[in-house]
Amino acid sequence: MSTIAPSRTTPDLHVSDEELRRLYRMMVQIRRFEERTEEQYTRDRIGGYCHLNIGEEATVAGTVGSLTSDDYLFGGYRDHGLSLAVGGSPRAVMAELFGKETGQAHGRGGSMHLLDVKRHFLGGWGIVGAQIPLAVGAAFALDYEGRPGAVMCLFGDAAVNIGAFHEGLNLAAIWNLPCVFVITNNLYGMGTSVEMASAEPDLWKRGQAYRMPSERVDGQDVLAVREATQRLLRLAREERQPALLECLTYRYRGHSVADPGKSYRPQEEIDRWRDRDPIVLFEQTLRTRGILDDAAVEAVRAEVEAEVQDAIDYALASPDPDPKDLYLHIYDPKGASDFDRMGEGAPFGELSIRGTNWANGEA
Amino acid sequence: MPELTYREALRQALREEMLRDPSVYVIGEEVGRFEGPYKVTQGLFKEFGPRRVKEAPIAEEGFMGIGVGSAMLGLRPVVEIMTLNFILVAIDMVINHAAKVRYMFGGQLKVPMVIRTPGGSGKQLTAQHSQSFEGWFANTPGLKVVAPSNPADAKGLLKSAIRDDDPVLFLENLTIYNQRGEVPDGDYVVPIGLAAVPRVGTDLTIVSHSYATVRALQVAERFAEEGISVEVVDLRSLRPLDMETVVKSVRKTHRVLCVEEGWPTYGVSAEIAARVSKACFAELDAPVERVGGAEVSMPYARPLENAAQVNNEKIYAAARSVLAESGMLKRGILTANR
Ligand SMILES: Cc1ncc(C[n+]2csc(CCOP(=O)(O)OP(=O)(O)O)c2C)c(N)n1
Ligand SMILES: [Mg+2]
Repeated sequence: MSTIAPSRTTPDLHVSDEELRRLYRMMVQIRRFEERTEEQYTRDRIGGYCHLNIGEEATVAGTVGSLTSDDYLFGGYRDHGLSLAVGGSPRAVMAELFGKETGQAHGRGGSMHLLDVKRHFLGGWGIVGAQIPLAVGAAFALDYEGRPGAVMCLFGDAAVNIGAFHEGLNLAAIWNLPCVFVITNNLYGMGTSVEMASAEPDLWKRGQAYRMPSERVDGQDVLAVREATQRLLRLAREERQPALLECLTYRYRGHSVADPGKSYRPQEEIDRWRDRDPIVLFEQTLRTRGILDDAAVEAVRAEVEAEVQDAIDYALASPDPDPKDLYLHIYDPKGASDFDRMGEGAPFGELSIRGTNWANGEA
Repeated sequence: MPELTYREALRQALREEMLRDPSVYVIGEEVGRFEGPYKVTQGLFKEFGPRRVKEAPIAEEGFMGIGVGSAMLGLRPVVEIMTLNFILVAIDMVINHAAKVRYMFGGQLKVPMVIRTPGGSGKQLTAQHSQSFEGWFANTPGLKVVAPSNPADAKGLLKSAIRDDDPVLFLENLTIYNQRGEVPDGDYVVPIGLAAVPRVGTDLTIVSHSYATVRALQVAERFAEEGISVEVVDLRSLRPLDMETVVKSVRKTHRVLCVEEGWPTYGVSAEIAARVSKACFAELDAPVERVGGAEVSMPYARPLENAAQVNNEKIYAAARSVLAESGMLKRGILTANR
């Protein structure tokens, strides 16, 4: 069983009231969006695997909420909150979960493969740890072209034991690439605890092997996460120094909606982490500072409630992708003619890359 | 037209594309100061420097991923994998990532990347260094796979691959790096998805790619001496696959032999055989035949290695069996079994 690292004293930064309210709203939005998503999943409107960010809102808002328009974001499959935190439309996220043409990936990706190219959120990836080399590649591209900004890559505690993690961190370090790696340590990878999986359960120490600044932060404290993230992002942007940040957090739900999340962890542990609900903690801080009162909290909740309901309504009313577009997006349309000579003897029912029937000679 | 080796033709294409487009860069093991494990990138580090010729540590999954991620942001990486064998530790990046990005994200991202790597067997390189599994990659939608058999195609197809907006596996071949041939100067481009017919004939079609084409042409020459006319179709591109050219040839010769260096079971030749059988069912004078590498892990000892590799004798024998099956040999056109 993991214990929480000695909580960093939340630095009294010059965070504007407006920014504090933005972070609070972001966290409430993610929580409510995910609760309604869970409900929609049980109503069979959402299929496949569905992983929720409930309990991890401070980590998501503190990290992703710190990115600027020059930066890029890569994440894993637990990505609904990430796409919301970059400012994406809840409508497009929900529509993707519903598998609609209006979804973020036009219904081709689903829950695990959200993206928002305009806001530099480049996925939504399903193979544990594999987004790490991709993110390093994005950082390579920024460096190659002398562009400002940095890349942030989020992954879970279980990803630190796969080769892609080590290869990615090493490459970022030897080539001084602007990348901040973030471990969302929610203490478990499915039902396997960090202690069971990692010989060194202080996961942040892994970064030291690559001589990069590495630290652990209380992932339930959004301001602590934000402070550390901003510091490390600045290092990445200005000094081309990659860094590793471990956020200690907890998922209140199971691994996915299909997992009750009880067989591998004691109830008292769940209760203990519930007592440190990141939204409750932040709300208390803001109330103490006089930034939030009952009316303000109520207003945020009502606004988010309406927004998420609107997203569901929008997704429900959206059109399904058309099966005639099944073959769209495999290759660049400019290169589609490369395939026009492939029709002879093609398997039964196989269409041309342009989606037309070979047999009719309409390649 | 100047004569170049296959290796020099590749180098020329790389250099010209790097000069033409600043977003093209080369990344791989020993591609810089070492001048390339097989010297394809010789001179590029001196000319273009460490930014555009990136010397990677031995971390194939890592730098393949860098290729994919940087291509998503608009660069045009040419990732060199020392030999095809080592791509297996990076295969997740190729199949699950490079090939999937465009489709999985609804056409909003692209991966204009080339993976260059030599395959092929021989030289007593044994089980882990002497393989041809290009068919695995050609099985995957989202990837393109090309495999040139001569210097001119090597140059022209590499240029097409670099300019293509989708990931292309560019399969080279260790045995033919030193093969010479005429290569057009300047901006010579061979389109992807177009097979070539390097030898025209009327009695039998041999379908092959990469080094197997070199062998097929030698065997065709031998048959010519015996009065048998063999047509050779060099696929050049495995995905997309130019079935039009294959079928056109088979409709003329009515006999077909598929040759590849790799294991034929589930291989490139299996695909050709299935499609030809369907498209030319009524026109075939004999069942489609295949010949490839023996289905064993490549052994070390010379006699064993020779027995395991596809070679001219095996191709010749397989071709004769197709001719015999069709009744052509019995009709007295050819009787000697040389
Ligand atoms: C390479 C790979 N192996 C196995 C899986 C199946 N899988 C999906 S999520 C997961 C657990 C990952 O846990 P963690 O990295 O801690 O992230 P979390 O789910 O806790 O956010 C596993 C084993 C996978 N997607 N990829
Ligand atoms: Mg976890």
